[in-house]
Amino acid sequence: MKGLLARKLGMTQLFNPDGTTSAVTVLEAGPCKVLGLRTTEKDGYSAARIAFEVAPEKKFTKPLLGEFKKAGFEPHRQVVEIRGYDGLETGQELKAEIFAAGEIVDVTAHSKGKGFQGLIKRHKFSRGPESHGSMNVRQPGSIGATDAARVFKGVKMSGQMGNVRTTARAYKIVRVDAERNLLLVEGGVPGGKGALVLVRQSTKPQKVKGPAGKPTGRKV
Amino acid sequence: MNVIQQLEKEQQKEKVPALRAGDTVKVHAKVVEGTRERIQVFEGIVIRVTGGGLRQNFTVRRVTHGVGVERTFMIHSPRIDKIDVLRHGDVRQGRLYYLRGKVGRAGRIRERRSAVAAPAEAAPAESTEEAEE
Repeated sequence: MKGLLARKLGMTQLFNPDGTTSAVTVLEAGPCKVLGLRTTEKDGYSAARIAFEVAPEKKFTKPLLGEFKKAGFEPHRQVVEIRGYDGLETGQELKAEIFAAGEIVDVTAHSKGKGFQGLIKRHKFSRGPESHGSMNVRQPGSIGATDAARVFKGVKMSGQMGNVRTTARAYKIVRVDAERNLLLVEGGVPGGKGALVLVRQSTKPQKVKGPAGKPTGRKV
Repeated sequence: MNVIQQLEKEQQKEKVPALRAGDTVKVHAKVVEGTRERIQVFEGIVIRVTGGGLRQNFTVRRVTHGVGVERTFMIHSPRIDKIDVLRHGDVRQGRLYYLRGKVGRAGRIRERRSAVAAPAEAAPAESTEEAEE
């Protein structure tokens, strides 16, 4: 499963040849470097360690610096493992070209923090009546049965919303700009501008559309 | 200039007329009929201009056979071949929705007199288009 680290630059609009427009997110893809490989024989699983963004040496611990020294390139700030990414060598550079336009990817990032939020915003609860003496406008309502004599774990309540690591799946890559090292994906991805995002080949099974890839015609 | 501004600039047309509500325009839009592509001309009064930069769009209103027709165009869309500004109208509002309730002579707009008030961009864009014709 191929992938790399990227920065979210923001969103813009692209004109399609038919005159419609698509909202796209612009991601600055890498350049990342392969720090090392995890192998089934040695580590019990196979993965690639990907490093992104050069940083001064004083920012690192000695063990991590040793790893970069062994790999033979300057230390990078962000390091992630991508499971099952085969066919790489240590020190290899990963850029936007590893993806092609039309491919489907998953994007992992920290979502924008919304702070402590009520149930309506956080869990899409509906509101109670506002007039006729109603006093449960944004209240939670029942949080469980009486015979349980306690509140079950996982009951939806108010609390911190956002600022969690989340994976949004199945984004279509609209364009790969090799020159500026950009990936343009359709729609909005988690996180604010400048957020660190992990772009991976999608694991979501794609629906097969009718014969020969065409959408099934509606029966009239 | 950041990357997003660059991407937007690449898609923008080099020369577009500075449109304002009240202008009478001729929009040459490309339409696909079956397999053939041809240019369709839509003439009318600009009743609003919204957005800016790459996302700027405008709505043109015309009355044909007693039926009001409004079409919104993206000013930088590749499906628009050309925009001719025929005349500038003298209007006080930015959005001319009041025209929807007017019929015939009541829906006319006076021509803008003062050349000074005309936007600087409009003049060269117009003259080149006239030269092409």
